[in-house]
Amino acid sequence: MALLEITDLRTEIQLRSGVVHAVDGVTLQVEEGETLGVVGESGCGKTMTALTIMQLLPNGGRIAGGSIKLGGRELTGLKPEEMRKIRGDDIGMIFQDPLSSLNPTHTVGAQIAEAVLLHRDVTKQEALDRAVEVLDLVGLPRAKERVEEYPHQFSGGMRQRVMIAMALACEPKLLIADEPTTALDVTIQKQILELIDDLRRRLGMAVIMVTHDLGVIAGRADRVAVMYAGKVVETTDTSALYANPRHPYTEALFQALPEKSAETRERLYSIPGAPPDLVNPPKGCRFAARCRYANDKCRAEAPELSGETTAHVYRCFYPVGAKEKTVAGHLTVVEPVAVTDEEVIDEQVVGGVVLAAKDLVKEFPVTKGMMQRKVGTVSAVAGVSFDIRKGETLGLVGESGCGKTTIGRMLVGLEKPTSGEVRFGGKDLAKSSGREYRRERRDIQYMFQDSYASLDPRMRAGSILREPLIVQGIGSRRDQHAKVEEMLRKVGLPASWTERYPHEFSGGQRQRLGFARALLLNPQLIVADEPVSALDVSVQAQVLNMMRDLQREMGLTYLFISHDLSVVRYLSNHIGVMYLGKLVEIGSADEVYLRPAHPYTKGLIESAPTADPAAERAKVHEGITGELPSALHPPTGCRFRTRCPLAQEICSTVEPELKPHGVANHLAACHFALQPPVEATAPPATEQVP
Amino acid sequence: MSEAQAIAATDAELGLELATKPRSMFARAWEVFAENKLALIGLGFIVFILLFCFVGPHIYVTNQTNTNLDTYLCTPSGSHLLGCDDLGYDELGRLMVGGQTSLEVGLAAAVVSVLVGTLYGAISGFAGGIVDALMMRIVDAGLSLPSLMIIIILSVIFHPTPTVIIFIIAVFYWFGVARLVRGETLALRTREYVQAVKVVGGRPLRSVLKHIVPNAIGTIIVQATFAVADAILTLSVLGFLTLGVAPPNTDWGSMLSQALNYIQGGNYWWLIYPPGVLIILTCISFNFIGDALRDAFETRLQRR
Repeated sequence: MALLEITDLRTEIQLRSGVVHAVDGVTLQVEEGETLGVVGESGCGKTMTALTIMQLLPNGGRIAGGSIKLGGRELTGLKPEEMRKIRGDDIGMIFQDPLSSLNPTHTVGAQIAEAVLLHRDVTKQEALDRAVEVLDLVGLPRAKERVEEYPHQFSGGMRQRVMIAMALACEPKLLIADEPTTALDVTIQKQILELIDDLRRRLGMAVIMVTHDLGVIAGRADRVAVMYAGKVVETTDTSALYANPRHPYTEALFQALPEKSAETRERLYSIPGAPPDLVNPPKGCRFAARCRYANDKCRAEAPELSGETTAHVYRCFYPVGAKEKTVAGHLTVVEPVAVTDEEVIDEQVVGGVVLAAKDLVKEFPVTKGMMQRKVGTVSAVAGVSFDIRKGETLGLVGESGCGKTTIGRMLVGLEKPTSGEVRFGGKDLAKSSGREYRRERRDIQYMFQDSYASLDPRMRAGSILREPLIVQGIGSRRDQHAKVEEMLRKVGLPASWTERYPHEFSGGQRQRLGFARALLLNPQLIVADEPVSALDVSVQAQVLNMMRDLQREMGLTYLFISHDLSVVRYLSNHIGVMYLGKLVEIGSADEVYLRPAHPYTKGLIESAPTADPAAERAKVHEGITGELPSALHPPTGCRFRTRCPLAQEICSTVEPELKPHGVANHLAACHFALQPPVEATAPPATEQVP
Repeated sequence: MSEAQAIAATDAELGLELATKPRSMFARAWEVFAENKLALIGLGFIVFILLFCFVGPHIYVTNQTNTNLDTYLCTPSGSHLLGCDDLGYDELGRLMVGGQTSLEVGLAAAVVSVLVGTLYGAISGFAGGIVDALMMRIVDAGLSLPSLMIIIILSVIFHPTPTVIIFIIAVFYWFGVARLVRGETLALRTREYVQAVKVVGGRPLRSVLKHIVPNAIGTIIVQATFAVADAILTLSVLGFLTLGVAPPNTDWGSMLSQALNYIQGGNYWWLIYPPGVLIILTCISFNFIGDALRDAFETRLQRR
């Protein structure tokens, strides 16, 4: 008997506009000690399934039917007080955001002890001892001292460890992890995923891992369930799913991953449209409207979960790979449509240097007390130089806190550099002021990470897009309207949508809107700060394709900032890798990715999860250990030395300089670089990346 | 057709086109507002009171300028529905006239104080640094003055016409508004859409007027409704202390104060209960409306 058996589970949420069928007939099993991965786009019901198991539904939510059996015991219909005994005792849960899940006014020890006190007949001291024990278990250094600390004294990764400790305090049989690493850096993500996997093995518990990232579960899950629009559309064991996806949705999710096309630079496949409205779900196959193989049968009838074997089932009449005629009459063989455009993106015409940053430094003062006494400085960017050439894309990667966003903000004028200069088209940006400064702002535009936060919720799309034109005094009212409509069409939105408010756009559409605003002033350089990191992989592909198309069409230059190496590699000609305010490596995208010279770059590449189960399992003990040190007191010498596997004496005393390694324009700052140094005889005149 | 356009086309096919025309902020706010029954009752009452005070005198015509000793303290009857007061004025007609003053002063004082407070607070919060510190210390000083005492002194010095009273109340009310709006501005100015103005080369004033004030509108409108209630109460207090508007003009507070002379002398309930009840109901109604408006302008709730 399976540990958890969910049969035909239905969850409904009552809203003003109607009833949302958030979970609509989900059947799942989790065996003891196994990991089940649940994947899908946002809004497909995966989190709601997890919350239904815990019976932590939002207001208006209720279980409308089906059963949830834990170890043979029926959970639906239990009284709230009985359910409370199960929550945290038999089932533990980890949430996405570890900061908002911890109470800032209690010590972490007290919070873990609370979970123990609720479920076990122990004294306060015993509960606290247990807290130390589990904190030790999740790899918190000096657990005995740190139980007395408060959540804000922990880093993001450590907080997630505390959350895991709390979930594990009563040794649950089942751990539900809802996007446990989405808010974390790849290096920390890898550590946390390994920890969960290791604990599962040691404690013999089962894990349900809910995520949108096919890479995260590739090496960890035994079985995977793909969810779409409140239903499980395909489920089987991990290797079978990754090797041979049968549902067109699963196939499309794989094809949208930028890592698949990173080398060929082909266009990504993007799933058109958005998941259906779950208030009135379509009566046929729910994916039919977005499916490239769908025909009339798919739109009329809903397929059942079936397959050749019971081990691999999917909800589709015409599964991927099956040679079968469609009922529509014409003899179309259901075969994958050519995913990529004919034109493989060639090396763009790269011109002269448009922007040159030289020794950029940004320090933020740390003040204390009422008199704003300066007690230290955070060194956010410490002497970074790079060039961007016309028509190219420079990608900047690094963990959060490495200074990549600060660089972007300095270029667009949101921060003033402490020292150093930015030359744009040969002119020093810091020198101009007043009217001239405002005029120059046209040439460098910024694309924000969170398109929702960057669009005024009280303004209609038309007014938002007109604002740059009004501010810069370009054109008459009529010209401005015409320009706005033209730009909307360019980014693939109907021109009639100017009357809409930002919240009436979907995530991907909002990101297009943000991009349209950046383009309206006809800039030469666009600084894109994590433009796709908040988007689902299918939508991410749409936005990346659009950015690429318009780059070619309009001759744009991008500075692309992201923590996601595979996205950066897909879009960039050159990649710069930053660590704690320093540029540690820079070179052409393939050079950096395929032959990294800096140990940090190598670690980053190894940490990034890929959607390949075999490769993921193979790299269990790679990646970077430890966490980013404080920028308040950066390490002496090489800033990476505290986490570097190759560090030696010299690294703490002498700061390495950027020097060519491997090939002439591949620079890295490391004493023990992984690529052979190039003796600089004469500095190459044409290829002067920094 | 580029791929981007193809996607937009399929969006339309998928039924992602909005079922309804995009509605304005106020239309959406009204939907949320209408869900709050207490607020609807409050709104209904305010509409009734406005009609009562401003249209009522044309239907129920009474002499409110000359005293008439023939009807001194007469009991409610067919010709005087709520009886008369000690100067022979018809009590129901008097409530209408007094209500005019109370509502006018309340609304005007609220508008003046909220306008001043909003601009002051938004500029202070957006400017930040030393400017903010100085501007806020002025507000702190203003808030620490014993306002009622000073209002009383001022209304003794100046001849208390409604206009004077409006400004006296507004002078003390805007401090609180400024402080609230400044807090809101501090949160709003770090929002990316405010920073986006800077990226396109916009001036700070544009950020304040086009982005910060409209997004603080929830706080501002709520504060405005509470301000109306507070101003009506302050006027009542002044009237009660016989420092209100001069006769033959009157307000609800002055009427209550006059009635006090007869609280023990006999059963003159029509002098005491009507103005008292009207003050209470009006203030409660404005507070209900304010509460509902706070929810109505919360975009989070509108989106449900």
